[in-house]
Amino acid sequence: MNNTASLLVARSPATPPLGPLSAGSPESTRRVGAGFTVLAGFAAFTIIAMLAVILGNIVIYGWRSVTWDFVSTAPREGMTKGGIFPAIFGTVSLVVLMVVALVPFGVGAAIYLHEYARQDSWLTRLVRFATTNLAGVPSIVFGLFGLGFFIQFVGRNLDRGLGLDVTWGRPSLLWAALTLALLNLPVVIVTTEEALRAVPRHMREASLALGATRWQTVRHVLLPQALPGILTGTILSVARGAGEVAPIMFTGAAYFLPYLPHSPSDQFMDLGYHVYVLATQSPDVEATRPLLYGTVVVLLLLTFLLNFAAVLLRARLRMRLAGRN
Amino acid sequence: MPGNEVIPMEAPVVIPPIPEAEERNGELGPPDEAHRGKPFPRDEVRTAGPVAKGGIRNGVRPPTEERLDDAAIEAILRVREFSLFYGQTQALKKVSLDIHPRAVTAIIGPSGCGKSTLLRSFNRMNDLIPGIRTEGEITLRDLNLRAATTDVVDLRRRIGMVFQRPNPFPKSIFDNVVFGLRMLGLRNRAELEARAEESLRRAALWEEVKDSLGRSALALSGGQQQRLCIARCLAVQPEIILMDEPTSALDPAATARIEELLIRLKANYTIVIVTHNMQQAARVSSFSAFLLNGELIEYDETIRIFTNPRVQATEDYITGRFG
Amino acid sequence: MPTASNDNHGRSGRFASRPVPLRGSRETRERFIVLGLRLCASLAVVGLGLIIVFVFREGLPVLFDPATRQEASLHGFFSTPIWQPVSGVPKYGLLPLLLGTLKATLVAMTLATPLSVLAAVYTSEFAPPRAREIIKPAVELLAGVPSVVLGFFALVVLATWLHHALHVGTRLNALNAGVALGLAVIPTVFSVAEDALRAVPNSYREASLALGASRWQTAWNVTLPAAAAGVTAGILLGLARAVGETMIVLMASGNAAMVSGSVFDSVRTLSATIAAEMGEVVVGSPHYATLFFLGGMLFLITFVINTLAGLLVERMRRKLGTA
Repeated sequence: MNNTASLLVARSPATPPLGPLSAGSPESTRRVGAGFTVLAGFAAFTIIAMLAVILGNIVIYGWRSVTWDFVSTAPREGMTKGGIFPAIFGTVSLVVLMVVALVPFGVGAAIYLHEYARQDSWLTRLVRFATTNLAGVPSIVFGLFGLGFFIQFVGRNLDRGLGLDVTWGRPSLLWAALTLALLNLPVVIVTTEEALRAVPRHMREASLALGATRWQTVRHVLLPQALPGILTGTILSVARGAGEVAPIMFTGAAYFLPYLPHSPSDQFMDLGYHVYVLATQSPDVEATRPLLYGTVVVLLLLTFLLNFAAVLLRARLRMRLAGRN
Repeated sequence: MPGNEVIPMEAPVVIPPIPEAEERNGELGPPDEAHRGKPFPRDEVRTAGPVAKGGIRNGVRPPTEERLDDAAIEAILRVREFSLFYGQTQALKKVSLDIHPRAVTAIIGPSGCGKSTLLRSFNRMNDLIPGIRTEGEITLRDLNLRAATTDVVDLRRRIGMVFQRPNPFPKSIFDNVVFGLRMLGLRNRAELEARAEESLRRAALWEEVKDSLGRSALALSGGQQQRLCIARCLAVQPEIILMDEPTSALDPAATARIEELLIRLKANYTIVIVTHNMQQAARVSSFSAFLLNGELIEYDETIRIFTNPRVQATEDYITGRFG
Repeated sequence: MPTASNDNHGRSGRFASRPVPLRGSRETRERFIVLGLRLCASLAVVGLGLIIVFVFREGLPVLFDPATRQEASLHGFFSTPIWQPVSGVPKYGLLPLLLGTLKATLVAMTLATPLSVLAAVYTSEFAPPRAREIIKPAVELLAGVPSVVLGFFALVVLATWLHHALHVGTRLNALNAGVALGLAVIPTVFSVAEDALRAVPNSYREASLALGASRWQTAWNVTLPAAAAGVTAGILLGLARAVGETMIVLMASGNAAMVSGSVFDSVRTLSATIAAEMGEVVVGSPHYATLFFLGGMLFLITFVINTLAGLLVERMRRKLGTA
């Protein structure tokens, strides 16, 4: 408090005026602020640095292993030599099957939720609840589910009903793909809905006002415009499906197979599972290390390229959405 | 869509002429022949005015029963005591009016008065908005529009709509024009092309786009896009065309072309246009309905509304005192 | 599309190929389509239901089947601190597994929470646009790294580094697994927190800045509290992910089921136990049922956490929506 202030107080005793604000020293405030900003920036930097270290390490030690021979031949000598072609083939078959099973249903569900359903109906709410919770179920639980439902329940009963030897009642490409499809269902639903949301409302009105039915509107106006978004979701689910190991460990992936799967009821080798196998079950760690790094590089390349494509597509979609508002 | 290779017109396709209204009436209503070209007698027109609950509103002469009947024969679209609620708020309050065939009817009023809502009630576009409730009656000839059994899809084929902002689909010009036809199941390429040309000609766009039908519709200017939307609407041969401020997103030159077009179209079509532009209403419409706070204040021949309105509120609005 | 032999409204003859489909068949078709789409949507519900039914069904013998309960029962789970399912006298003590899960998760969250939240604040409040353009894709990239790759990295590289740096305990331990787990959790926490911060209306920030607050004061006192529910939701979602994550802990934790408080000891988590032992187990055996029971526990834990997070997100959306 300085003197002028106290003089003023003396003159009007009824309402003691407030003294001038005595803020804490602006210098210290600024320093705390600067410290906070630096700390926050440092956190962001740390995350990027950790990512860089991981990717750097993998690329530095791994890129030499990735040769044409490596990606085109099968493992040899107890998986201490040779390539990973069967694993690449298996992973690709897996995700292709998964997409076939997943995308029609995921897109259909999103169309229903966004274009048809009353938003306050119990079914809509239940579906949304299930979708968000499905997205949070641990992947190992999906694996258990695949084992308990697809293999032990559906597969066994199928074998019994068809009078077959154990054909479907055991781990296979099909069951692994279906397990992954369920795991990725929320991804496709959410991205497709986002894509439908990006189609301006006046497009629907224009179509309906011309006497198109709701389904015609969906089929000829909305789906073509939502296609990039649907593709984004599909690619994201493929990227995720290619990298997941826990759900397919007991539903279809094989440690080692001397042949390629030629039917959906066959087991298969998988890139991610191969990484796990090489890293933890190798009889000769040093000998398999280059193979291990090579496999990781291939797996990362696959998922990153897919993710990158999805990010690009999504950015375009978002831009369109922003351009409208 | 490879829309640019237009099949030469000597293709043996006979386009049936776009029929006049009486052909559609057939068994449904009296032939329009009697009214063609005949100016609406002033007295008769006035009967098409608002039918307030109490009969009299602000000096509007109450229509007698017989006049109402006259008007009913006259009208293609009849609105009686129509109310619309968004949840708790009432957006339209017991609106009654008749839309006359082969004329332009303008719905005017300040923003938020419910004119677009009224227009969108005519093709049940409001169905898309959840929480809407309606009362009263709207009939297209003998078809009760509000009935749950009414085939909304077919209704929208009979009552076309052009929107505030040009909203062509991100497809080729050709695909835009024939969209409605394709949705009807028309697959014959030659017929589609013939109808596309016909519609584009009617919408005064053919000369500008005939060489580039395969181009994206989004590449057109705003005015061209709107005329494309009109062509797209004409292609399905609607009986009535609703226009929701069709020029509000356009520059004056494009607006003038659309207005020209409207005046040409009214010889064959029934047009209801919502506009906030008073001069536009005066230029293109034969009848005008003035809406205020969801109530129909006055409905009469446009010339009458603009020169000698019977209600003070109409005059205030026309002369720009509010709105 | 089926075409009508005689269409409604007497409009036949207008089209050469008479394409208007009968209302009945068209509506039947639409109804079937809606039914199909509704089935697709129900699939999410059915899927979740089946997961619950089948995971618990296979785990229930632990509670109800007398033969199973002789070997593995709820009582047995907590009466011994030893997890030794494959031995002469199998022991199914859950304590080491729960403790292991807790330790690995705790390490992961201790690392991931401050890093992700601070980075999210930086990205949404301080970062220049160019920095943002690097951080966000980088985090998405990190999210795209399969967990088996993180597990591999922790097993082969990180474990060695930590071992050299700290010289304590075993090479594969809770710390090692927790750090890798943290890397897997960061993208989840970051994205949800960043979304929540960005959802705070700019008017809040402007109001604070206009009162003379500095940017970090605004971020700390206005933006972060306004987004608190969303940020917390992000942390919870990360927590659920950490608890359920399998491959990383399976590869990097050493998998020794011991009861110890130190993060430098090897741990075995719930998820890793399932993954490691399900391959060798006899279907229908008490061990099999126990593993499914663990899966059910895992499901319940994550379900509760996720539901909580969902509620928080909902609350935040409502709060900002009404604000």
